[in-house]
Amino acid sequence: MSRRFALLYSTAVVAAAALAAAATVGLVLEVIGFSPWTTFGVILTGPLQDVFGVTEVLVRAVPLTLVALGVAISFRSGILNIGAEGQILIGILCSAGVALSFPGLPRAILLPLSLLAGTCGGALWGGIAGVLRARFDVNEILSTVMLNYIAAQLYTFMLRGPLIDPAELMTGSGTPQSMRLPRAVWLDRLVPGTRLHTGLVLALVLAALVWVLMWRTTLGYRMRAAGAGAKAARYAGVHVERALVVAMLFAGGFAGLAGAVEVLGVHHRAIEAISSGYGFAAIVVALFGGLHPAGIVPAAIFFGQLLVGADMTQRSVGVPANMILVLQGAIILAIVSAKMYLNNPYARQRAARLVSHIPGLRSVVSTAEEARS
Amino acid sequence: MDEPIRELQLEGITKRFPGILACDRVTLGVRRGEVLALVGENGAGKSTLMNILAGLYQPDEGRILVNGEPVHFRSPADAYDRGIGMVHQNFMLVPNMTVAENVALGMKALHGRLWLDVKEARRQVLEVAAHHELPVNPDARVWQLSVGEQQRVELVKTLCLGARLLILDEPTSALTPQETDDLLERLKRMTAELSIIFISHKLNEVKTLSDRVTILRHGAVVYNGTTANHSTSELAALMTGREVILPRNDGSGSPGAPILRVRGLKVRGDRGHWALDGLDLELRTGEILGLAGVSGNGQRELADALAGLRPVEEGTVSFDGRDISHSSPRAIIDRGMGYIPEDRHGEGIVGSFSLKENLVLKDFATDRFSRGGLLKLSGIDGNAEELRERFDIRCSSTAVAAGTLSGGNIQKVILARELGRGPKALVAVYPTRGVDMGAEEFIHCQLLALRSQSVGILLVSEELDEILDLSDRVAVIYKGRILAVVPAAEATREKLGLLMAGVTDE
Amino acid sequence: MNAGRMAYDILSLGVPFSVALLLAALGEMFNQRAGVFNLGCEGIMSMGALLGFLPGYLVRSGALAPYTSLLGFALAAAVGALLGLLFGLVTVTFRAPQGIAGIGLQMLGVGVAGTLFRHFIGGVTGVEGVAAWPIPLLSRIPLLGGILFNHNPIVYLAFLAVPASWFLLNRTPWGLRVRAVGTHPRAADTMGIDVNRVRYQALLLGGAMGGLGGAYLSLCQAKMFADDLVAGRGFIAVALVYFGRWSPWGITGGALLFSLAQTFQLAIQVGGIKFPYEFAVMLPYALVILVLALTRTRSLGPSALGKPFNREMRV
Repeated sequence: MSRRFALLYSTAVVAAAALAAAATVGLVLEVIGFSPWTTFGVILTGPLQDVFGVTEVLVRAVPLTLVALGVAISFRSGILNIGAEGQILIGILCSAGVALSFPGLPRAILLPLSLLAGTCGGALWGGIAGVLRARFDVNEILSTVMLNYIAAQLYTFMLRGPLIDPAELMTGSGTPQSMRLPRAVWLDRLVPGTRLHTGLVLALVLAALVWVLMWRTTLGYRMRAAGAGAKAARYAGVHVERALVVAMLFAGGFAGLAGAVEVLGVHHRAIEAISSGYGFAAIVVALFGGLHPAGIVPAAIFFGQLLVGADMTQRSVGVPANMILVLQGAIILAIVSAKMYLNNPYARQRAARLVSHIPGLRSVVSTAEEARS
Repeated sequence: MDEPIRELQLEGITKRFPGILACDRVTLGVRRGEVLALVGENGAGKSTLMNILAGLYQPDEGRILVNGEPVHFRSPADAYDRGIGMVHQNFMLVPNMTVAENVALGMKALHGRLWLDVKEARRQVLEVAAHHELPVNPDARVWQLSVGEQQRVELVKTLCLGARLLILDEPTSALTPQETDDLLERLKRMTAELSIIFISHKLNEVKTLSDRVTILRHGAVVYNGTTANHSTSELAALMTGREVILPRNDGSGSPGAPILRVRGLKVRGDRGHWALDGLDLELRTGEILGLAGVSGNGQRELADALAGLRPVEEGTVSFDGRDISHSSPRAIIDRGMGYIPEDRHGEGIVGSFSLKENLVLKDFATDRFSRGGLLKLSGIDGNAEELRERFDIRCSSTAVAAGTLSGGNIQKVILARELGRGPKALVAVYPTRGVDMGAEEFIHCQLLALRSQSVGILLVSEELDEILDLSDRVAVIYKGRILAVVPAAEATREKLGLLMAGVTDE
Repeated sequence: MNAGRMAYDILSLGVPFSVALLLAALGEMFNQRAGVFNLGCEGIMSMGALLGFLPGYLVRSGALAPYTSLLGFALAAAVGALLGLLFGLVTVTFRAPQGIAGIGLQMLGVGVAGTLFRHFIGGVTGVEGVAAWPIPLLSRIPLLGGILFNHNPIVYLAFLAVPASWFLLNRTPWGLRVRAVGTHPRAADTMGIDVNRVRYQALLLGGAMGGLGGAYLSLCQAKMFADDLVAGRGFIAVALVYFGRWSPWGITGGALLFSLAQTFQLAIQVGGIKFPYEFAVMLPYALVILVLALTRTRSLGPSALGKPFNREMRV
């Protein structure tokens, strides 16, 4: 079969998947009385209409990139981290907690310390699931999902209790949010007048470092082997359990860092609904980006656009924000289905045979030489 | 349908898989009461062809005729309707169900009702078993049965489901020589009522049982004729297309000091039972110690324990003077133990990794291929090129995914990796299973070469021929213990066969 | 508030509170016995909860009014079955990995339920739902009567579903096929059983039961719908199947155990005991983790669980 057909086949599979996802979302939109075309139109063009919109897309892309990098590390190592939501929250608690506990420290110490605290908090939370899988063979999807719910409760508890802004208690409004974090830990703005902060640079640098980690270091080789062939890796002396735990530490750490960056760069205080689904969206970003930093960065930007666009449609036309969840779910189903056909020589051959039966399309499938064999 | 199969014809059957032509215009026929042997090397297409006949695969071209009438099998149910049933090489029995339940699974008549009539299935099982003298217990759970008993169950099952033409795929691969003789006799008796097609690469069995023989090579029929007219060596030559003489151990050189000492080894199997029950073994440098035995007697657990992959509950293992009973797999690998595992795809290579990445799977962290935690890519590339040439690995480049290579080439990759490390001892588990004769010849040569380099080799194999050809001494494993160790000169099929069945001279 | 009263409250609430979990977990049991684990159960329950609730909310008077609950349950089962079918398409026909596909289905189900809720209903309102049907005579038994026999009819049906499920799985030809397909699909294939079709059937049943479980939450338990109504019960149901060792009896025990953990949180609030609310809410989730860690179930489950079946795979 010719290379041309192989390319056509791949394109057709990807197009079918994209269409299926879009159609699902479109169907739901129709049911609730919105035109899919206008909605998609607003989502794809709305955010790009002014500088502020573009920076907002990038603001969303930063935590998405960071979390997705961690998710990609874990997925490639054979352990499915669905717990980023919870790990982000723990990261926020830790970094905010440290920042609020040592307000007097100079910036050069407090800022890195805060970020580190967030990273460690998330890593620890992820590590729990890693150990549960390595020592007790607990399915990590179930454990990380449970840990998400536990982290959410813990977060609410801390925000209503120990971390609550004393000002709230005095005025009696009782909004669960922490005190404003000291200026020393605020991340600098990249573009004045917008919310875009230096976290973007951090995300890009880390993306490059993750590439080096996974494909150029022995640790990365170990983790990839554990994910791609755990049995063979074990036979080769690789400590698979240890690799799994390390992968979860990385995944949780990146998520925790994302949380820290969000709170230090954007909100400057811990508030409710801060993670707003980044943990789940990042899974889709990671899959969309082929679990590779080079794909994750553009995928994160694309998803940032989708998120900002969805916000806009909610404010302007009233499309409920849950639509984003629908889109994410549809995309996941579409991607995992498409993947099974893309790298599948059996399916490709069957498709080639089917197409060659259609009169006139024989030449698309094979060159004259191949047809002779 | 109770109409007997007077004649079965396969005409021009062709089947393609991506990159492989599995069956190439195959034509053959079987008559009532006949036994046809389907012979060929590993990879010749025998199993694929029979799977088509049994209704599991669809042919791309060609047709099947039963009593002159073309038939189309969309599933094994259709094949059974016409009286064609298959006993596969790996038994198709659900382990935690009873024999009767397994048979009931295929009995279409029982499936239309609300309540499952297991009693009816039981009754039929007992009836068929009595008629053909194949004693089975319908209430036994399959996992409790021995390999020989399970095979009897498979035969009874296919007969209960209405088979009048039996297809048997390598029926004797897991049996002792005595059980094999027993089975061949039974099958001969059954030809009074049935036709049989059996797949085998063991030519002496082909001579014993079959009336006619069809030989396949690379998916095509190269010979179709009467068995009695040919000797086994003639058949072998027809099978491979050339004179293949597998290398034999000439007994030269003398083994040195023991490199591996196992004493009183007790290891648990997956079900919690004692897979190894006080096993003693000694492997010396420069010798090939063959481990013969029916699969399931502890071979796998022994190999795993030696590699550090299974915990040693009692007893000791010492390698090169050091006690490795509780060492990690990493430590054992570093000490110089090589391992060619049973499942080359799942345990030997990481299928999605490239060839060159697989070749350093055990050494990527050593100084040769890494520095300060970073991989030395040029070193990895150079190593791959060198090994590829030395071991004649056929591939378009060393960057292709290892899982896409043929079985024989994957085995070469594993061999290249293990031998390239210069091991002190090598454990090889079923190293030539499922590879063609060319690769088998190559592997045997490599093993003998290793032996002359003073490496100790523990060869675990189901093929008595392979063991007899290569070993200096033969150990027989039975129910987790070494029953006897026999020097090559005294090792015969009969003697080993008895030992494999647990019969000792005491 | 004395301890005895509190215990009685916890137990009498525990039985009806376990129904949603029980129904969903029994459905998931069929899925898993056939070899497929459906983490989208959470999404199915959300959709079931919404669609069960919708008729009662939309139809307040008229000829249909008395039947809205029945309609709701029927709709929920239908949508659950449909989602099960979708999951089958992705994991059985396309053979995609079941874990991540399940998360995708979960997101889809939760998202659509939330979207439809916001659009058609908007705020948190209640419905009449299903009233209790105390069983005559039996419900008068002191203590036990209140705990076991004073509930709405769905509770009784759900507990009847337990032996019915056992019978379906172990004494019918369909159940035999399901068990074979989940343990040794290749063997089933060689005997002419359509492995994929059986898996689809199991997913349909499992999805329908998941939908019913969700509808129970909105119609009988909370008698309203909110975004966080299901709160992880779908995932807990999947974990319950492992915990219950894939048997209806074990699953029932597990469902009761977990619902007790959930009612504990309510009881301490009512009892006025000083215990941080959030930590009480955490309890069931932490319990799931504990239970998963302590049960060594690897070798007991259906051997083909999680592995797509491909006849063309050259063994």
